[in-house]
Formats: sequence, structure tokens, C-alpha cells
Amino acid sequence: MRTRRHPRQFLADRWAVAGGVVVAGFLLVAATASALTAVEGQDPYTYHLDALDDTGRPVGFGGGISGTHWFGVEPLTGRDLFAIVTHGAQTSLTVGLAATVIAMLIGVLVGVTAGFFGGWYDRLVSRAIDVLYGFPYLVFMIALGAVVSAKFPRTWLVVLVIGAFGWPTVARVVRGQTLALKHRTFVVASTAMGAGPGHVLVRQILPHLGVTIIVYTTILIPGLIGVEAALSFLGVGVPAPTPSWGRSIGEGVGWVQTDPMFLVFPGGALFAITLAFNLLGDGLRDLLDPRSVRRRPEAGARP
Amino acid sequence: MRRTRFLAGRLVSMLAVLVVISLLTYAVFFLLPSDPAQMSCGKPCTPDGLAQASAFMGFDKPWWQQYLDFVAGIFRGRSFGRGPAAVHCSAPCFGYSFQLNQPVTQLIWARIPVTFSIAIGAAALWLVLGVSLGVLAAVRKGTAIDRSAMAFAVAGVSAPVYLLGLLGILLFGFTLDLVPVSGYVPLTESPVDWAWHLVLPWCVLALFTSAVYARLTRGQMLEVLEEDYIRTARAKGLTERKVVGWHALRNVLIPVVTVFGSDLGQLLGGAIITERVFSMQGLGSLLLQAVGTGDLPLVLGTVLFSAFLVVLANFAVDVVYGALDPRVSETSG
Repeated sequence: MRTRRHPRQFLADRWAVAGGVVVAGFLLVAATASALTAVEGQDPYTYHLDALDDTGRPVGFGGGISGTHWFGVEPLTGRDLFAIVTHGAQTSLTVGLAATVIAMLIGVLVGVTAGFFGGWYDRLVSRAIDVLYGFPYLVFMIALGAVVSAKFPRTWLVVLVIGAFGWPTVARVVRGQTLALKHRTFVVASTAMGAGPGHVLVRQILPHLGVTIIVYTTILIPGLIGVEAALSFLGVGVPAPTPSWGRSIGEGVGWVQTDPMFLVFPGGALFAITLAFNLLGDGLRDLLDPRSVRRRPEAGARP
Repeated sequence: MRRTRFLAGRLVSMLAVLVVISLLTYAVFFLLPSDPAQMSCGKPCTPDGLAQASAFMGFDKPWWQQYLDFVAGIFRGRSFGRGPAAVHCSAPCFGYSFQLNQPVTQLIWARIPVTFSIAIGAAALWLVLGVSLGVLAAVRKGTAIDRSAMAFAVAGVSAPVYLLGLLGILLFGFTLDLVPVSGYVPLTESPVDWAWHLVLPWCVLALFTSAVYARLTRGQMLEVLEEDYIRTARAKGLTERKVVGWHALRNVLIPVVTVFGSDLGQLLGGAIITERVFSMQGLGSLLLQAVGTGDLPLVLGTVLFSAFLVVLANFAVDVVYGALDPRVSETSG
């Protein structure tokens, strides 16, 4: 039967552990961003035009790296890049996690009910999942920015939109699992003893989906962080002046040749956090669900 | 016969999807409070002028009426306003941009070659590269080729296209000065220049996705190679090349085609981002510009056009799928 793996085996998966450590590091940085920048003596909003030359390029080595500006400064404005990157971690993680929560809630709810109740509802949901799965959602997300009232807080709009398009992967997997669980002996027995559908769903099926939910949450987060960054890169995501890695990279397009260091820090941070979450998710999946066939990584939300 | 039934079923389902998508999109865009007529009304905007602009654009009707007009416009074309001031938008009409004074279809048409060139080239590259790499990894299972292909796949999904693109520009464009880093040359003008300008965008968009496909192909190939019919083929004395390259590959391609179908939407998204990285004026820049100026008909037209495009491409993939796998008619027809 099912072999439970020992936590020690997770620790043996060095890549997954490294991923976990990096994720923890980013969470810490995001939580203490203000304190960290206070130590540096900077903030992400103040302009430092004195750190730039006449063309708007940062003066000095590596995009203006110095004791006062640890990662250098942003071209054209001279805002402190260390402050932007650390506060950007806050933005990325907040948006990524919040959107993941929304996507997981919808995905689990839709998936579990479709798998459990079956019938025309299931067929409808399955078709909707298929369609949404192949939908050019990036186009849709960009477009929504044009029609939603400017009074609606942009950051939360981004969260809602990303969450609303992130659920199909989760729903598909949860539905499949529910279908399998429905015919397991303990569920059939529970129904035979007179348990109603509500009881069976909440008490018998949901607890067995715990592992799937944990694993897919971990896999979904980097994808959705990536979507936020992509939207911000295109200039329709988190609005200025809220620091965002994606927007910094987008602004970096014009500075590739003259100030490549402006790309290195936000880009490196984005790559590191995505890779770390993916490694952690892969490791968790191998640990918690050894039977799972390795699917293609993070099929859900790649911009 | 069965295949015809399968395709007919897919065609009906595709049409249903198109109707639902366009209906939902229209509803979303019109239920949200925004008034495109306000934009073109000018200042000072009298209530009279506003009503006039609204009536001219057809925004005074209920949303479902507007939707029907829109659908009719796709097939028959439509006119806005009356008399000498009327503008005509011929079929297929995806709306009319009152800000640019041009039919949306025409605007899209001017941009589509750029986006298509990027997307189709990249898709071809990642399929060929991904499948051959996957087959190679499966045949050489456990070797360094295999392991590096798989490591590449994990790293691949973590690197955003635009980051990769910018690094590519920096390395191959500015530092090595090998390839052009921006701009688009029409295919009709000079096929060589066209391809030369697109080499970097193609590679950037395709490289890591191909790794994901390599991983998929490898897994499938390993499974298929265990099957009885492969043993039979080998027992018949066929060369290994023929066994892997023909008998096994055909079955491996079936799931690859399925995944490719569901990746088409992402392909368009990727092309839009790539466009921006390489400063090309494609569909993405048209949409972003429309969002920036609040040109609602253009936004709506572009979105619906993109959705239609992806659904149609999906149908094309289904046709290929039906040709590859004769069983489809029995299971999902």
C-alpha cells in the first residue's frame, strides 16, 4: 500500500531544502523590508538626483553601488534599489499569496463539488476548465485594466484578476482526486450508514485532499507571482510608485545597454523566488504524494 | 465516418465556446461602469452631446442588443451613425475605434503579422526542439543528457520570458553584436531580414518551453517503449531508429499535441511579452495602447479577436489530434 515517506527524506532532497530556505529568506526580507531599509538609511520613494549623471545614468560602479546605496540606484530617479527590491518582495509575496488563496478557494470548491456531485454540473465545470485552461488570460487581464473604475485599488484588482484565472489547474486535480475518493470504502460505508452529502464532503473527502491542496498551493504561488510580475512589466499591474520587481524590469528595458545592473537585482530576485518555490513544490510533491506521476512543472499559470 | 463525427462534435462545441466567451466578455465589459462615449464627447460635454455621441456609437442600446449588433457586424459588417457622417465597418467587423477613426479589424490586421511571426516560429522551434530533446533523453535514460534536460526544465519554468529576453539582448545583441535586438521587418520585404530579426525572440520564447516539452516527451516515450507492440516491432527485426522514430513517436505525440493545444493561450501571452521586450509593434502593443488611451471598442475587439483566434487554433489542434489518434472518436466523440 501507500508508503509514507519520512521527513528525513525531504531533508535528503537537497534541492527542495534549498528552495525552502530561500523561500523562508524572502519571507523574512519581505516582513522586515522597512526595518532593513531603515538600517541602510533609505526608503523606496525618495529621489536622489545627485547619484545620477546628466543622462540619468547612475554614477559609479555597478549602477551606483555604495555604502549608502547597497544595490545602487534606479536610473532617471535615483531611488534606492535595495529599498525597491526589498519592498518589491513585499509586493510580490502579498499579491502572489493573496491570489493563490483566491485561486485555491475557487479551485477546491469547484473541483470537489464537480467530482462529488457529477452529472451535468460536472460536465459543465469540466468544459469550463478546459476552455479557461487554454484561454489567453493575459490579454483579458490587460484589458480589464481599461474598464475597471480608476477608484478601485489597482493592487487588489490585480490580486482578484490573477486569482480568478488561476483556479482551473487546481479544480482539475481536485476533481480527479474527489472522483477517486468517492468510491473508496470508507466513503461508501459512511454513505451507507446514512451520512448526508454535506458530512461526507466536509468530514470524509476534504481531509484527504489536504496533501493535494498543500502541494498545489506551493506550485501555484510561483506561477502567480510570475503573472503579477508580467502584468507589472507590461505596465498594467501594480501601479507606481509601489515597488514591484516586474515594473522595475519593465523600466529596465530602456537601460539594458547603459545600466544593466538595474536589471540584475529585481530580475535575480524574481528568478530566485520562483525557482525556490518550484523546487520546494516539487520536493513536497515527491514527499507527500509519492505515487503522483511527475506532471509537467507548474502547468497552471505561466505568462 | 467516425472521424467526421468527431470533428463535427468538436466544431459544434467550438462554436458554443465562442458564443459563451464573447457573451461573457461583452457582459463583463459593459456591466463595469465605464462610458466610452464620454471620452469622445469633448469638453465641455453637454448632456445633449453625450447622448448624441452615445447614439452614434451604439452605446445607448441595452448590452444584449449591442452584443447582437457586434455579432452581426462580424458576418455582415455594420455602419455607425447616419447620413454623411456615418462610418462603415466592413465584415468581419470587430468594432470601430472612434479615437483612431479606423475599424478595429483593420488595426488588428496591421499588427497581426508581427505577433504571428513571433508565435508561430517560437511554437515550431519549441515543438521540434522539445520533442527531439525528450526522445534523446528517453533513449539515453540516466545519462548526463537526460539529467541536464530535466534540470533545465525546472529552471526553465522559473525564468520569465522577458528576463531571458533582456539577458539575450544584452549578451547576443550588445555584447557580442550578433543579432539585431529590436524592430520587425515584414516577411514580404525581405525574408532573410525577417528571420534575422526574429531569431532572438524565437529562441527566447521557445527555449525553456521546449524543456518542459522535453520532460513530457521523455516520460511518455519511456512509458511507450515498455509496451508490447514495441517489443513486437523489435522482434520483427525493425531497426531501433524505425521503432523509436515511427512506431513509438506516433503515440508519444498524442499527449504532446493535447498539451500544445492548451498552451496556445499562453503562447499568445508570451508573444505579447516578447513583442514588448524587442520593441515590436504587434497585437500586444496595440492592446496596451488601447488600454492606455481608454479606447474601449479597440480593447474589446482585440480581446474577442484573440479569444477567437485561440479557440480556432485549438480546433486546428483537435483536427491534428484526430488524425494522429484514430481512437478519439470512440472515447470523446
